[in-house]
Amino acid sequence: MKPAGKTPVFLERANYRQRRLGDAARFLPLLGTVLWLIPLLWTRDGPEAPSNAGTITYIFVIWVVLIGLAALLSRVLRDTDPAADTARR
Amino acid sequence: MVSFNILIVVSLSYVAALFWVAFLAERRAAAGKANWLRSPVIYTLSLSIYCTAWTFYGAVGYAERSGLEFVTIYLGPTLVMVGWWWVLRRLVRIGRAQRITSIADLISSRFGKSRRRGVIVTLIAVVAATPYIALQIQSVTLSLAVFAEAEGPPWTDVDFARAAMWFAGGLAVFTILFGTRNLDANERHHGIVMAIAVEAVVKLVALLAVGIFVVWGLGGGPAQMMATIDAADLDLWDQDASRWVGLIFVSAAAFICLPRMFQVMVVENDDEAHLRMASWAFPTYLFAMSLFVVPIAVMGLELMPAGSNPDLFVLTLPLSQGANGLAMLSFLGGFSSATSMVIVATIALATMVSNHIVVPLWLAMQDDRKGAMFGDVRHLTLLARRLSIAGVLALGFVYYRLSGGGTALAAIGLISFAGSVQVLPALIGGIFWRGATRPAAAAGLLIGLVVWLWTMFLPSFGPGAVIPVTVIEAGPFGIGWLRPQALFGISGIDPLVHGILWSMLLNTAAFVGISLVTFPTPLERLQGAQFVNVFDHSTGTRTWSRPVADAEDLLLMLQRIIGVTEAQRIFAREAQRQGTPGQLPKATPDFIARLERELGGSVGAATAHAMIGQLTGGSGVSVEDLIAVADEAAQILEYSNRLEAKSAEQEATARALRDANAKLTALSIQKDAFLSQISHELRTPMTSIRSFSEILRDGDMPAADQNRFAGIILDESIRLSRLLDDLLDLSVLENGQVVLRQQTGQLSTLLDRAVSAAGLHDRNLTILRDRTTEEIEITTDLDRLVQVFINLISNAAKYCDAKKPELTIRVSRANGQHRIDFLDNGIGIAAQNQELIFEKFSRLADESKAGGAGLGLAICREIMLRLQGDIIYLRGTSGTAFRVTLPVTS
Repeated sequence: MKPAGKTPVFLERANYRQRRLGDAARFLPLLGTVLWLIPLLWTRDGPEAPSNAGTITYIFVIWVVLIGLAALLSRVLRDTDPAADTARR
Repeated sequence: MVSFNILIVVSLSYVAALFWVAFLAERRAAAGKANWLRSPVIYTLSLSIYCTAWTFYGAVGYAERSGLEFVTIYLGPTLVMVGWWWVLRRLVRIGRAQRITSIADLISSRFGKSRRRGVIVTLIAVVAATPYIALQIQSVTLSLAVFAEAEGPPWTDVDFARAAMWFAGGLAVFTILFGTRNLDANERHHGIVMAIAVEAVVKLVALLAVGIFVVWGLGGGPAQMMATIDAADLDLWDQDASRWVGLIFVSAAAFICLPRMFQVMVVENDDEAHLRMASWAFPTYLFAMSLFVVPIAVMGLELMPAGSNPDLFVLTLPLSQGANGLAMLSFLGGFSSATSMVIVATIALATMVSNHIVVPLWLAMQDDRKGAMFGDVRHLTLLARRLSIAGVLALGFVYYRLSGGGTALAAIGLISFAGSVQVLPALIGGIFWRGATRPAAAAGLLIGLVVWLWTMFLPSFGPGAVIPVTVIEAGPFGIGWLRPQALFGISGIDPLVHGILWSMLLNTAAFVGISLVTFPTPLERLQGAQFVNVFDHSTGTRTWSRPVADAEDLLLMLQRIIGVTEAQRIFAREAQRQGTPGQLPKATPDFIARLERELGGSVGAATAHAMIGQLTGGSGVSVEDLIAVADEAAQILEYSNRLEAKSAEQEATARALRDANAKLTALSIQKDAFLSQISHELRTPMTSIRSFSEILRDGDMPAADQNRFAGIILDESIRLSRLLDDLLDLSVLENGQVVLRQQTGQLSTLLDRAVSAAGLHDRNLTILRDRTTEEIEITTDLDRLVQVFINLISNAAKYCDAKKPELTIRVSRANGQHRIDFLDNGIGIAAQNQELIFEKFSRLADESKAGGAGLGLAICREIMLRLQGDIIYLRGTSGTAFRVTLPVTS
């Protein structure tokens, strides 16, 4: 329904940065998924297998990293569309 | 040991406190002082209903049985929350823009306000949630039994049943009291949200307290705890990859699709910005809830007698160590987890059941008697909701009793998740893909439901309970590829992963495939565009374009559904908007669309659409009609636009032709006039030349006469050649063929040249100049400029009729132009002639005085235009005055 030419092909710098931050916010869950799937590649038996404590630590550290990144992004991301909060008021 | 009676007293006080909190919050909200109720913190805490008693008690047991796999249940939601920008933000925006009341309402609204889609989603939700509610009842009764059995005989089946009955009954009362107090147009429950926020804090504090007690009190600090975990006889990392992946997926999807999560996340959402904080704060909550699960499991294994139920370690571990206060806190934490989940789940389900099943059914039965149809929908809806709440809780209770409350129930948590997830393809497809259609949604949902029932739900009762053992092993009627745990003959997959995989695959395939081959109805397309492009325009659907409904009818209906005060408030606001405060507003299409959304906020989109449809005299059909009409109109409009464009084009051509014709005619007239003028001008000197040369040829005359006649002939031929020179000059200038020679010179020098060349020796013209102002450098074609000056000076000499003729030359500068004015003290030129003097052959004075053919000023004007300047007649002076302007060149 968007009329052609409504959104410009090129954006000025600030908008461009916002778009990329939005992309970053979309990539975050993918990043988390990949990081949390990595333990599946670890060896399970033998002397090189990571300890229980090591595995737990890994998973929880990733958790903290994701929380940190999400907190950071939630601060810098902005709603670019003007009608953000007029829908219900 | 805590006495059972004290426990009961504490629990009841806790419940009373919750009532008080909920009541206070409702009252503040009603008084409009609910700002702090709408904070992102409360929103984040309300999301914690994801952590049910299954989390509170069950996570430890899960860890004991399957190691780290328990954490997948929290990893999935974490991924969804940190990716809020992608899905949740869109979902919440749609929920707010369309006034969605439940996940069933979302699906129904997206697929053309379809009732049937709503019913299917409601059924899935009820089937999937019932065992989960039973699970909560079980956990509370089990934890109660722990305390009771410590000081008395073991609980019998009757004791369990009684406890479960009290618990379910109490919850029903609380939920009905605060969940259906009114039919809020926005379907928000401040009291309940506040209560579950308090409970969220209690359960977090309780679990953290137990965890800290275990790690520092029993385990000897984190470092030693880690060593203990390493040494423990517990295989933490043993599950196969498919379960790890599958469970993260299911928990992530369930986080979006569970009706109760949808309720707190989308429906109760007050402000989209709350998601911002929740995006990291809720993962932090989950993190904190999971942090101590493994330590508690390990210490429980170490310290508790063999054979203890690991699902209750959170409670029994502190109890066995004599930490009674902590045990009490832990009990309250578990109790909070169970109650908050049940309350929200019940409200969500009851909303769905009443909006999508009960009210539409009732409306359908009333269909014939249109006048009576709005008997009292408000009471009906409230009653339907209350009954639904009681019904859902009763179902949970019955399920709990039938399943026997054994360990089989614990395993059903994930199966319940997998059931709710069947909505995912329709949900995600609906909000991201405009091509998703109504039949596809129904097919996907139904296929998903059937596969889930066949491969997961029914087998969960145990082999032989619902599905006979022979069917599980050989398939129904001996069809091997339909075996519930080895569909298509692929066996060896974990049963849970098997069920998730096939149900999601077939569901998605049906949804996508059928979407691709079907065509959506107009209303679906409208809604699809609204949902998918929600960030482009958050205005509503424009559905009703005929103001056929009476405002009075609308008000009556609205009053019956959302209450008199609220309805009148809405109408008053609309009247204000329409600029007629104090009167009934007009039933404009805009207003009706807005009303439908308001109404949808109470009874669901499909029902609201049907109700308004009854009043406006046309239901969904009118949209189709409208679109057909619009299509036709658009075609006609386009055609007429094309015609109009064409006729405008033709008109322009005709006008251009007419103009050209007029110009040609004018030119031809001009040419005729010019020719006759020129022939006249040429003939006069020619005539005298001819006659005097004839006289001379005849000879025989005095020498003096001879000389005189020869002189006349010479004068006339000079005049003739000057005339021809002028004509030539003018034609060159007019055709733009003149070549300008740019030079630089002093204005005073130029004027000197002009004065001396003007041939003033035999006339008594006095020229007055101010040489100081003439010290100007001018860069232009100087010879041409001098030609203009000569012309003006000699004109003054010729025509000035004063006794003592004077010519004043004034030089000034204004607006980036040099001005050179030539003013004489004669009588000037009459106003009506001032425009004419620059035309060719215009001569005002009588011919005898004129030396030229009247081309002088015409040539002057042509020259000045070529030099980027101008020459005009100056009005308002006593004598004749010309002004020559020239651009100042840098």
